[in-house]
Amino acid sequence: MSASGLRPGFVAPELSAEFPGLRLLWVHAGTRGGSSPPAVRRRLRSLSDRWRGGGVVSMRVKPVPHAFRAFFRQIGLDPDVQRIPSERAGVSRLLHGEFRSVDLISDACLIALIETGVPVWALDADAVDATGLGIRTATVHDAVSASGSDPGPPAGSLVVADGSRAHAVLFADPPAGRGAGPRAGRVVLFALGVDGVPDIHMEEALWIATDLLQAPR
Amino acid sequence: MDRHRPLAGSPLRGGEGSRQAPGHLGAARPDASAPALENAKVPLAMGATAHPGREQGGSRVPLTDVLGRPSGREARAGEAAARRTLRAQIGRLERELADAFVTAYPLGGLPQPAQPWGAAQPRLLDLGELERVRDELTERLREARVTITRRADEQAQKRLALELMLLNPAEHRFERISCRELGDPGCGVWQVRPRLGLIGMLMGWWQVKLSSGCPLSRGRGRLPVARPGEAFVPTPP
Repeated sequence: MSASGLRPGFVAPELSAEFPGLRLLWVHAGTRGGSSPPAVRRRLRSLSDRWRGGGVVSMRVKPVPHAFRAFFRQIGLDPDVQRIPSERAGVSRLLHGEFRSVDLISDACLIALIETGVPVWALDADAVDATGLGIRTATVHDAVSASGSDPGPPAGSLVVADGSRAHAVLFADPPAGRGAGPRAGRVVLFALGVDGVPDIHMEEALWIATDLLQAPR
Repeated sequence: MDRHRPLAGSPLRGGEGSRQAPGHLGAARPDASAPALENAKVPLAMGATAHPGREQGGSRVPLTDVLGRPSGREARAGEAAARRTLRAQIGRLERELADAFVTAYPLGGLPQPAQPWGAAQPRLLDLGELERVRDELTERLREARVTITRRADEQAQKRLALELMLLNPAEHRFERISCRELGDPGCGVWQVRPRLGLIGMLMGWWQVKLSSGCPLSRGRGRLPVARPGEAFVPTPP
């Protein structure tokens, strides 16, 4: 474990050979959960003012969104249909007229995404085993071991997993019960990077989210 | 040409004095035709070219087994190289498509792809799927460029028509060209109108006027003021 607390996640060898730039960083973070304090809401409002239609339209030619869009194509997703996280946030901002505050954990991940372009997700720390997170291909076992309401990832899909089970499909929100609820006291934050996304952006995204989770009320 | 099949007169066909890696049956002739295969180029899409017989890392890599099929390691290495090339092509095409999207936006935008049934799952694509993605992107980029060119031509024609209207309004009576058709922002409309209304029509006094822009959200004229005790009923424009 590094001094910063950020840990690199494992990447399955077949994925690492195919996508040398694919990586995951994760970190433990404590939070008081609940709704966002005024400072976080103010920051969301300030970001809402900074994001305008022209910026969202031209976002795809910028390096980080372009890297994610190209990667989406390479893994069989059409980024014009299933948008990359930063574009999804941008379109949501245009539709709603603002970045809407949900709860502290969601808002922290959203602000980190808006500021850096790197998506950050939160998992309940109790649901992640000691081996830590990584990226691998889902197996039949992952679908079988899933709970009733959550059918689990289909075999062959790319997932974020720990040593024992898959937590979420790559670039998708964790299903209910796996993601950190608004009242979680301790979470695991993870960020995904692909070829063309600098490490510093990933680290910055996790730092921003960690910092916001500990914001005073 | 089948890249894995030995060629007549090529080093892989066998013969005396061959320069082959250990374990490879047959021999090649060190004649003038020897460099034929190693210099052969296999065209790939997007102008890339693979050189199947090129020496790699100082040692000659056997291309085929005794039956002329590619060896397992060679096949894997070849497929990995092809996938790498395809991924690079997809990245490049995505960049060009993004540029085309931004260029086309002020011209009215590009048609978006149809929403498929169900969400696709991220997965490792095989060679055929990567080629399909590449080909679809190529087609979309071609369509985007055709759309951009067509709309730019339409705008150029409208600008020319506006110039002609301005030069000789009487020849273009009551013609209208909107700013949107010219590629300009706003809701203004260039229109050839008679000066002083009916008098201008009779006297042949024509002029080109630009309307004032987008209609107001509250309509034309002054807002009616509701008197105390009266309900406000907006009147249609």
